[in-house]
Amino acid sequence: MKNAIIEIKDLHRNFKMGDEIVHALRGVSLEILPGDFVTIMGSSGSGKSTLLNILGCLDKPSEGDYLLDGINVNSLSKKELAGIRNQKIGFIFQSYNLLARTTAIENVELPLLYNPKVSAEERRHRAAEALKRVGLESRMKHVPSQLSGGQQQRVAIARSLVNNPVIILADEATGNLDTRTSYEVMEIFQELNDNGITIGFVTHEPDIAQFSKRTIVLKDGIITQDSKVQNRLFAKAELALLPEIN
Amino acid sequence: MNIVNLSKIAWKAILLNKIRAVLTMLGIIIGVAAVIAMLAIGEGSKESIKENISKMGANMITIRPGAGMMPGGVRDLSSMQTLKLTDYEALKEAAMLKAVSPLVSGNGQVIAGSNNWATSIYGVSPEYTDIREWGLERGAMFTDEDVDRIAKVAVIGKTVQENLFGTDENPIGKIIRYNSTPFTVIGVLEEKGESTFGQDQDDIILAPYTAVQKRILAQNYLQSIVASAISEDQATEAVKEVTAILEKTHKIPEYLDNDFNVFSQQELITTFSSTSEMLTILLVAIASISLLVGGIGIMNIMYVSVKERTREIGLRMAIGATESSILLQFLIESVLISITGGVLGVVLGLSATYFVSTVIGWPVSVTVFSIVISFLVCTFTGIFFGYYPARKGAALDPIEALRYE
Repeated sequence: MKNAIIEIKDLHRNFKMGDEIVHALRGVSLEILPGDFVTIMGSSGSGKSTLLNILGCLDKPSEGDYLLDGINVNSLSKKELAGIRNQKIGFIFQSYNLLARTTAIENVELPLLYNPKVSAEERRHRAAEALKRVGLESRMKHVPSQLSGGQQQRVAIARSLVNNPVIILADEATGNLDTRTSYEVMEIFQELNDNGITIGFVTHEPDIAQFSKRTIVLKDGIITQDSKVQNRLFAKAELALLPEIN
Repeated sequence: MNIVNLSKIAWKAILLNKIRAVLTMLGIIIGVAAVIAMLAIGEGSKESIKENISKMGANMITIRPGAGMMPGGVRDLSSMQTLKLTDYEALKEAAMLKAVSPLVSGNGQVIAGSNNWATSIYGVSPEYTDIREWGLERGAMFTDEDVDRIAKVAVIGKTVQENLFGTDENPIGKIIRYNSTPFTVIGVLEEKGESTFGQDQDDIILAPYTAVQKRILAQNYLQSIVASAISEDQATEAVKEVTAILEKTHKIPEYLDNDFNVFSQQELITTFSSTSEMLTILLVAIASISLLVGGIGIMNIMYVSVKERTREIGLRMAIGATESSILLQFLIESVLISITGGVLGVVLGLSATYFVSTVIGWPVSVTVFSIVISFLVCTFTGIFFGYYPARKGAALDPIEALRYE
């Protein structure tokens, strides 16, 4: 049995809103193994964003333990957390969050700028490699405004890959995209996963969840369902089924 | 965290907003240019004062009657008549003095042929030209013999020559009448130009003091005594010696103030330099205000910049930027803006200085000090006014920042 990349035990997260205490997470436990492709689903307010923020080391749990790649995140300082985010986690957002008027390759290089161990030469090389993996090697010098939504999201995926993270966390990564482009993006995710990259994927679209291997459903801060995906879809095949656009 | 990388990020951010950056810099540019130009003008005027005073004779010592140099006070007429020829004779023996000359002067009309001109006549000894380090263009200075003979001979200044004889005519041997007393012109002084105080130094006639005292002014006291110290370094010593000698000849008891005063050119330089220094400080203070306003401009823009780049800050934090690297990024950005502004300001300041010296003709002097100071002030301004907005950015919560619309 492989060691879990992510191990969460009885996680709680409370927010103080004035006099009231809001319980966003009320005891969540889960393990994610290397090579997994997990979708976290749930309606808004279910706590999935809170869980993702904690998984991404942007937030700390109020109670419970979180071990990422064997490190107990609870005990880390803000600065150490930044280091973890820089070297172990790749983030993908719904609205891409690319830097405007900055070329694709420079956007992809960004995480490496905060890693002093990476030289300028290696940075450029790795960014180019990452862009190649998402099929944008011909768009390196394009700025976001010259790219389509799907292409922008692929740049963002390349950016999340560039630091060789142990897990990629995507927050509604297909939320702003049409069906075809969503499938194209899922195709990239599936390819990456086939190559051994672990992915945590938050979505509220059930059809997108069908592309992953495992689905976790959150409701009111508790996991209500954690199951293997039945009838898994493959993006390549699905894309072939979509009507051609001329 | 890597300063070089952060500098690149900061520089890119500036390049992405060129017009805004330049407008922000403008305050700094104008401030620095003003400081540099003001310092150059101040320093220039100080130096020209120094030079002018030295030109009057670097080691000249002046002895004037009266106690103190209190300006504006009402002075007893008798206190202005305390210097006598006996003082001059006594000072001739002073060891620290190279040359001494009494000075009696009057103003009047001088006539030569059909021309006449209002000027001053100075009754001096032959050493006077040495003391003032003043050469002759033509002819010769009168001699001690002329002084003894009470000879009516005169050496005239350039302005007097031009007004009485024109530029072409040789005045040597010609007769001029000063208040109807005839003098024979025996020499013409070299042109000396304007003094520090804007006085035409060439508008002068020199004659033996005996002649001026007896034939023109009919007075037995001296307006002043001028002397020169053996060397510039010994001017202070010479002043002391002169004071000691005169205290003895004037028989001044210790409890009374001296009825004369002695000062060297060095002291004059100090007095006038301090005046111009005050003026420089005032000018620089005014210029500094514009630098301060420029700094506030930077703060304002950095504040807006942090606000509108909230999402960018959130993203940077999500991919591994620490609080301190966000802080540094914005701090470097504001320092880069202020330093770039500083460089452009120095260039503009130097151009303005050049313009002032060539077109207006004011004396200027650019010091390395003023440039170094401007740079330091710019860097400091950037750090000081950039810190608060930068800290504001660094303190953002990444989750909130990423959600910011």
